Amino acid sequence: MSKHQITSTNDFVIRFANVNGTGSASANGLFAKALFRMGLPISPKNIFPSNIQGLPTWYEVRVSEKGYLGRRGGVDISVAMNPQSLKQDIDCLQAGGYLMYDSTKPLDIRVQRDDVHYLGIPLTEMCQREYDDPRKRQLFKNVIYVGALAALLDMDFSVLTGLVADTFKGKEKLVLPNIHALEMGYQYAQEHFQCPLGIRVERRDLTTEKIMMSGNDALGLGAVYGGATVVGWYPITPSTSAVEAFEKYANKFRICEQTGCKKFALIQAEDELAAIGIVLGASWNGARSFTATSGPGVSLMSEFLGLAYFAEVPTVLFDIQRTGPSTGMPTRTQQSDILAAAYASHGDTKHVLLFPATPKECFEMSALSFDLADRLQTPIILLSDLDLGMNDVMSDPLEWDDSRQYDRGKVLSRKDLERMDTPFGRYRDVDDDGICYRTYPGSHPQKGAYFTRGSSHNRDAAYTEKSEDYVDSMERLLKKWHTAKSLVPAPQRYDNPDANKSTDLGMLFFGTTTDAALEAQNILAEEGIHINALRVRAFPFNDQVEAFLSEHQQIFVIEQNRDGQLRTLLMNECSADPSRLIPLTLYDGMPVCAQDIRREIRKTLKVNNVMPLRAQTRGDS
Amino acid sequence: MTYHRPSFRHPDLPTNELGHTRQYYEGALSTLCAGCGHDSVSAAIVQACFELAIEPHHVAKLSGIGCSSKTPAYFLNQAHGFNSVHGRMPSVATGANAANRQMAYIGISGDGDSASIGFGQFSHVVRRNLNMLYLVENNGCYGLTKGQDSATADVGSAGKRGIATAFEPIDLCAQALQLGATFVARSFSGDKQQLVPLLKAAITHKGFAFIDVISPCVTFNNTTTSTKSYDHMREHVRQADVVDFVPAEKEITVDYAPGTTKELTLHDGSVIHLTKAQSDLDTSDPHAALNAIHDHKVRGEVLTGLLYLDTELHDFHRVINTMPTPLRDLQEKDLCPGGDVLQGINSGLR
Ligand SMILES: Cc1ncc(C[n+]2csc(CCOP(=O)(O)OP(=O)(O)O)c2C)c(N)n1
Ligand code: SF4
Ligand SMILES: [Mg+2]
Repeated sequence: MSKHQITSTNDFVIRFANVNGTGSASANGLFAKALFRMGLPISPKNIFPSNIQGLPTWYEVRVSEKGYLGRRGGVDISVAMNPQSLKQDIDCLQAGGYLMYDSTKPLDIRVQRDDVHYLGIPLTEMCQREYDDPRKRQLFKNVIYVGALAALLDMDFSVLTGLVADTFKGKEKLVLPNIHALEMGYQYAQEHFQCPLGIRVERRDLTTEKIMMSGNDALGLGAVYGGATVVGWYPITPSTSAVEAFEKYANKFRICEQTGCKKFALIQAEDELAAIGIVLGASWNGARSFTATSGPGVSLMSEFLGLAYFAEVPTVLFDIQRTGPSTGMPTRTQQSDILAAAYASHGDTKHVLLFPATPKECFEMSALSFDLADRLQTPIILLSDLDLGMNDVMSDPLEWDDSRQYDRGKVLSRKDLERMDTPFGRYRDVDDDGICYRTYPGSHPQKGAYFTRGSSHNRDAAYTEKSEDYVDSMERLLKKWHTAKSLVPAPQRYDNPDANKSTDLGMLFFGTTTDAALEAQNILAEEGIHINALRVRAFPFNDQVEAFLSEHQQIFVIEQNRDGQLRTLLMNECSADPSRLIPLTLYDGMPVCAQDIRREIRKTLKVNNVMPLRAQTRGDS
Repeated sequence: MTYHRPSFRHPDLPTNELGHTRQYYEGALSTLCAGCGHDSVSAAIVQACFELAIEPHHVAKLSGIGCSSKTPAYFLNQAHGFNSVHGRMPSVATGANAANRQMAYIGISGDGDSASIGFGQFSHVVRRNLNMLYLVENNGCYGLTKGQDSATADVGSAGKRGIATAFEPIDLCAQALQLGATFVARSFSGDKQQLVPLLKAAITHKGFAFIDVISPCVTFNNTTTSTKSYDHMREHVRQADVVDFVPAEKEITVDYAPGTTKELTLHDGSVIHLTKAQSDLDTSDPHAALNAIHDHKVRGEVLTGLLYLDTELHDFHRVINTMPTPLRDLQEKDLCPGGDVLQGINSGLR
């Protein structure tokens, strides 16, 4: 009897196992991008160690004609280029899957399985023969296996060669050698294996308008578009690339043509306290400014966040979350800073949070955060995470409306001050919306100066220890908080796909949980379980969130942390009965899978859990 | 509480070139202890700004937390002030200066604020050579939390609690010198003659100007056993030089005896005249300054005056090459690349 073979067109998971620092990233990226250019929705994910060289690293690509971008779980093709992780890389395969390996040396029989297929290519030997330079021997190994995959999966070879040409634009010397390596792999596979495999791809046109971009790249670009000029920062994974993206785009678009001077100041600070201090100072002085960090940085920034809240200084902070607590797993993802961000700092504080789910939204919310900070004169904390921030994610294209004007909020200019017949008071609630007028330093020789302080102040910004003055400003801050509800992005609702079925089940989530949750919603609908979904996009929660909670009997709050932090926030801030909010937490540091959500929901609803064959895996996933 | 001064002004008060009286440069009434050194420093700042004839609203005042950090409320009422968090004034000043390089920045700190909780931020703002006056009102103790030893207290010095300090002090001038400050001075709150011209020179200097002002805390550290008391200071101060500051476009009217003074010209043409007093310090040599500080300390003396000055222009904005226009004044057209550029970026991501 012949072994089971996975057969599937445009729907599979391939995982590359490499050694960190061996140049595999560009070859693997080439493979993924080629599929994207063949019109296929893909979602590549880097699974990398907190280390510069030598430790195992994986690159997992899901291809899904249906357009599912969440992690699927399970692996159909494993490209095992790292002897150190070989056992894992065989164990992760689904039955009937394929293992590609370097057959220069025989495969260790102790780790072999008899329910998977072996695709041995003598990569080391081929490179040894072909190249003299040891670095080339190393690098081209990666390109050769991509060539072999092209034959095995029936990829369009011309897409690959086109991509190589695009990638090495300006370095033409590199084009031919790369194409040659691709051809070596392609030919070897043609000659030695039955091509294509049961798993294969076919051209579609499902990605025509789409782009592939990392969330951090989009954040950095959004900050350039949003008019940020001063950046204070301190390096920390996974936020660093957001600041690097800002720098990259600013160096392109923000250099004065005549003088070569910069229209921005990027300041690598001594720590995160200084990074956010820089943001407060710059914003106070009328510039748009931001910092980016991750959990440990948020902890350090909290004293300043309280000052910004109480003294009402616009502040923009991007928190690219990683796995906590403490140093945790610095290169794994999580959504576990929700409470730390929402209530950062001592005393009664709460902060506006934004939850982007796609690169397009990262771009938009990045730019928006500066408008919101200026309008609300308070910290705006954008919560992304490693999964969205550091992976290339397929997204709708970015858009910018050229008629858009920055909203600089309530700022009195010199002219405004001249015209005023009432005296200026920094904390007077003139418009009755909780937001007061501010002035930039240096605006007027005699009017509008005030003293910014984190100590208690009255409406005219003077120090006070009078209880009624203190309570007055705390209550006004609450009023401002209510105003914020109408300004932050509204949640997005996804009703159960079968319009004929009404349901009192709901699911609620945000950010990178979205793709997997919506996929689970579809799978469950096919299985007869109908659930409405709501993606929150900001805190404070507005009436639509309240309405969703009251319309449903049971609401699964799906999030990537242990303690159900989003659920806690909903309990604190909304009127919903907590017993109706069911925590569904997935927090192992890996991007979430639809099957895990599906399983948890079925378990809670006490529906018999039979996993479909495809999702069964051996060992880790 | 903030107490406002009565607004009555005598009509014949002298005015500066801008037509402002000295009172125009004052702030709210101080709530510090009567006799606190910090109040004399505030008065010296008022005097210096008045004499320099700067527009108060072109100055931003920043501070951390402490009695000293409260003082920006007590000078320059027409200037914006930012009383930030303990030890973090340097970062706020960095951001503010990055946003608008055309204003003058006066940062006021304490020895606790700068030598302990804010030692890191202090060091880094020096390294950045941010164009600002950074003034520490150094009383060797934490005034606001009732007199605990600070990191600048000398070994053996004892304040009101009567317990001698056991740990090596941090000398902030020496630190500033080692970290590349371009203007370093030390003074005494009781020596207005010296402090006012030093302040004028420091505010005019285009770069990081650091002044450590010994400023006694009358309530907790003015004891006979304290080395930061008024009496101790009066006895042990040694002036490196007598400082005179002549702003640009002003004629030099004083006759200096030939060979006794040195002229240092700042970027805007202002001139500092140094008349040698008790030392022959070479103010262009940071090592000489470090040695002089050390030698005096060994003798139990405190060397004051201008200790080091580098007149080369290499302030922060110059180093990072930002444009001369304040960044905060840039508008959409300068900042936003626009929709067409974005289409191009989209195409590059396919
Ligand atoms: C984070 C933090 N820790 C502690 C304090 C309490 N605190 C207020 S002022 C101060 C010391 C101030 O000393 P110094 O800077 O020398 O100022 P002085 O009062 O002596 O002028 C301390 C410890 C605080 N405000 N914030
Ligand atoms: S406690 Fe000391 S430092 Fe504070 S105001 Fe009184 S004298 Fe000045
Ligand atoms: Mg002190």
